[in-house]
Amino acid sequence: MPGITREEVAHLARLARLELADEELEHFAGQLDDIIGAVARVAEVADRDVPPTSHPLPLTNVMRADEVRPSLTPEQALSGAPAQEQQRFKVPQILGED
Amino acid sequence: MADNIIKLTAAEIAEKIASGELTAVEVTEAHLARIEAVDEKVHAFLHVDREGALAQARAVDAKRAAGEKLGPLAGVPLALKDIFTTKGVPTTVGSKILEGWIPPYDATLTRKLKEADVVILGKTNMDEFAMGSSTENSAYGPTGNPWDLTRIPGGSGGGSSAALAAYEAPLAIGTDTGGSIRQPAAVTATVGVKPTYGGVSRYGMVAFSSSLDQGGPCARTVLDAALLHEVIAGHDPLDSTSIDAPVPPVVEAARNGSVAGMRVGVVKQFRGEHYQAGVMQRFDESVELLKELGAEIVELDCPSFDLALAAYYLIAPSECSSNLARFDAMRYGLRVGDDGTRSAEDVTALTREAGFGPEVKRRIMLGTYALSSGYYDAYYGSAQKVRTLITQDFEKAFDQVDVIVSPTTPTTAFPIGERADDPMAMYLADLCTIPTNLAGNAAMSLPCGLAPEDGLPVGLQIIAPAMKDDRLYKVGAAVEAAFVQRWGHPLLEEAPSL
Amino acid sequence: MSFTELLSYDAALAQYDPVMGLEVHVELGTKTKMFCGCSTELGAEPNSQTCPTCLGLPGSLPVVNAVGVESAIKIGLALNCEIAEWCRFARKNYFYPDMPKNFQTSQYDEPIAFNGYLDVQLEDGEVFRVEIERAHMEEDTGKSTHVGGATGRIHGASHSLLDYNRAGIPLIEIVTKPIVGAGERAPEVAKAYVAELRELIKALGVSEARMEMGQMRCDVNLSLMPKGAEKFGTRSETKNVNSLRSVERAARYEIQRHAAVLQSGGTIVQETRHFHEDDGSTTSGRVKEEAEDYRYFPEPDLVPVAPSREWVEELRATLPELPRVRRNRLREEWGIGEFDMQSILNAGAVDLIVATIEAGADSAAARKWWMGELARNANEQGKGLDELAITPADVARVAALVAEGSLNDKLARQVLEGVLAGEGSPDEVVEKRGLKVVSDEGALGAAVDEAIAGNAAIADKIRGGKVAAVGALVGAVMKTTRGQADAARVKELILEKLGVSE
Ligand SMILES: [Mg+2]
Ligand SMILES: [Zn+2]
Repeated sequence: MPGITREEVAHLARLARLELADEELEHFAGQLDDIIGAVARVAEVADRDVPPTSHPLPLTNVMRADEVRPSLTPEQALSGAPAQEQQRFKVPQILGED
Repeated sequence: MADNIIKLTAAEIAEKIASGELTAVEVTEAHLARIEAVDEKVHAFLHVDREGALAQARAVDAKRAAGEKLGPLAGVPLALKDIFTTKGVPTTVGSKILEGWIPPYDATLTRKLKEADVVILGKTNMDEFAMGSSTENSAYGPTGNPWDLTRIPGGSGGGSSAALAAYEAPLAIGTDTGGSIRQPAAVTATVGVKPTYGGVSRYGMVAFSSSLDQGGPCARTVLDAALLHEVIAGHDPLDSTSIDAPVPPVVEAARNGSVAGMRVGVVKQFRGEHYQAGVMQRFDESVELLKELGAEIVELDCPSFDLALAAYYLIAPSECSSNLARFDAMRYGLRVGDDGTRSAEDVTALTREAGFGPEVKRRIMLGTYALSSGYYDAYYGSAQKVRTLITQDFEKAFDQVDVIVSPTTPTTAFPIGERADDPMAMYLADLCTIPTNLAGNAAMSLPCGLAPEDGLPVGLQIIAPAMKDDRLYKVGAAVEAAFVQRWGHPLLEEAPSL
Repeated sequence: MSFTELLSYDAALAQYDPVMGLEVHVELGTKTKMFCGCSTELGAEPNSQTCPTCLGLPGSLPVVNAVGVESAIKIGLALNCEIAEWCRFARKNYFYPDMPKNFQTSQYDEPIAFNGYLDVQLEDGEVFRVEIERAHMEEDTGKSTHVGGATGRIHGASHSLLDYNRAGIPLIEIVTKPIVGAGERAPEVAKAYVAELRELIKALGVSEARMEMGQMRCDVNLSLMPKGAEKFGTRSETKNVNSLRSVERAARYEIQRHAAVLQSGGTIVQETRHFHEDDGSTTSGRVKEEAEDYRYFPEPDLVPVAPSREWVEELRATLPELPRVRRNRLREEWGIGEFDMQSILNAGAVDLIVATIEAGADSAAARKWWMGELARNANEQGKGLDELAITPADVARVAALVAEGSLNDKLARQVLEGVLAGEGSPDEVVEKRGLKVVSDEGALGAAVDEAIAGNAAIADKIRGGKVAAVGALVGAVMKTTRGQADAARVKELILEKLGVSE
């Protein structure tokens, strides 16, 4: 379905949390259009009666026993945090549903 | 002496350390000195862990002095792709978004290397999040190909291949999602193996495309690759997609190279307009060589391979759009624009905009598109069907042959910058390597000569069925031996000195 | 909170039929998280139960908790569901700071359990069948604390603090099919369904399902359609309704609100709403400009779950009697009515009473102590009955001491009090506090003689035939024995000594 618009690119950028600059929107619109035009060929097989493959190997039922393993220390857990407070990750205000 | 040390193979170094002819510290120092001398030009490393490496080397020497048994690669230096977490040592994945991040844990592969007393010299450069075929997408600048520093060393694992080709390390680790071990090996005249999917743990390997990513060994010889393969492979309970079965006997195979009586397939789809003449010439010669060595050549038709690139550029971006969502400026890594008034959502978007390079953004956008409602069936769903068809083509092929051969990549190393903003041209570099990632089976690239038109290395790809990784080594060792005999020396010796 | 117009409940139901959908999330009581080995123990220090996997660190990978899958299958079976022969996890992609990977590992079009039902019993005994669409496995998010706004609310906060100890705890999401035909009883059905589900989960032993602790959370979807219509109306989704009473109130409120909007010619906006415990109202959530697009796809880091039929049958064989069936059986065995049984259920006393009976008490005594003295005590302390420091065996022992005459009711209450205060077992409390009915005839006889001697006038009255006056002497004896005598025996002795018969 090539013909990707600037608005569509802007919508994708919002979904993907990318604050794209205007020129980038323009640039990506063109490039995505090219790429999607090229990869859309896969739709040739859309009607083929074959199962989709999500895993390259036919493994099933890989599970672990419900046994506690050591956790990181809070210091390790927080070691990469851009900001912290009260042994918690400090994050900017969340625009929530309230 | 130091110059002699860096030219040794991993197998030779291990033997000399075990016999006491060399110490691990001497070997490590020789390689650190080499890095010091040439890496400014090559830029294979993002981080050199001088102290850590020397400490590891001293530990090996102490072990030997105490009469403890040493592993087959004890004391051998290695260059680790900066995609594996290393506890206490920076891990950036070639991205600004992780600049300065120090992981609190080791990847399983890192742990296995340490347990085997392999000396980790540092972390190598790569295309950001392993997305690319040239290492130009690294946020920390490109790596040069030691054959010609103005050309790409392949990608995404260009740092690892360049480190080998520049004699900065005898062993390296790569990861291969669409060819990122094999294509860099091909353009630098080194050896790289993508093991069967699930053969090497992905725990602690920063994910690009989970169902395609696979870590593997890089080296200058087939035997060295096998020795490293054996160290890093094996079941890992922390990786649900890890194969719970014995590692194929790769070292034994590498020590007993032979193709006599084997059936070797040549796929007609791996040929055409995108292939450089000199590459095809060397490939055709390799096929002749295989015949001379006693292999039977079988022509194969794998029609679905024509759709492999398209399927790959839907599946990999889709998975990456989800895998990279965690880089949101909340728990680790870069945070941009947090001025106390902006929302978490805005800070995340600003950070990702600033922290990701263009190729990463392009793929995130593409993947977001392919997974979004209304497009899923046509794109992601169809791509997964192509994956099934490719697997079936491989199955049919392996009913007739033991291994398949092809060029590793359609062209030799191209100049840095040539394809930088032409994603479609860049993606062609993985034309021959991608089907293997989609099907999950194993493949190797090894040098098969220089292209006459530019004098640059050409890689021969060998493809084996899943779990038959040993066949790569058996065939690879035979081909390598025959070529070295024909050339009179390893191909890498023809590279200009740095 | 803006004023919302409501239609009276009766008027609403006269014109419209409600359609409900209930989504319940249950936190499993596994030792470890769904995809990593971190402990799920409550009350730990912030971020002390996290690892690379549940923090979503680069490179980390999930591995499925076998008990999580087993619990999901048990729940599915108990809800009369089919169990998938093969199913996968899927990633539900959306950004939120409480979700470390910015996708929730969940299930999408291949739930582990589907197509079931749960029969629920209303207070008058009527049984209503609630159809189950699916039950699937997923993981919980971290916990945010909002700082700088009013009373910890997200709105107006300057920043938030995140603790990921809860992130990755296994959840089972149970979704009903649209519940139609409940009419005016819809809110009651909603409450009864959640109550029954909670009992079921507890009976299965897969979770304690404490709603007040967030171990079980309910979303109420509700729409109205004009009476007799077949096409459902637009629904609202009231999130996180976290008590049985609230479930009923939320449904009732939404019926009245929808009816008022529809009747005045308005249209219902499809939106999420928030429930307010204080006044039972709901308010609109954030208006979303765009429909959510979760971009679900099969989780590539996990392999499919294909429960063998043998395993499923093994689990089926371990299922306990359904709570509703069990309750009806017990009600008959105990010889009590629906109302009493409901009170016992509401008090969370069913299992405690059963265990007390199993420890030797008779059912009347077991009910009496748990629903009387102990319920009062729990109430005072704001605890659940099962949180009291007393075991069914203790209660059974007290009942036995009463039955053999060693304790009277008054003393028994003191013994219970002692046990609750941590003074030891019932026998130890009796011993330490010296709380035994005085049955030593000698000692008792002396006390009686003393009482007669000290109250000669009363004794004379009794001798003279005023037997009713004996109470005063009994009281005197009880006083000197500090309540430890058997009052009936004391009365007998006094009358005997005074040569009077009743
Ligand atoms: Mg859910
Ligand atoms: Zn964890």
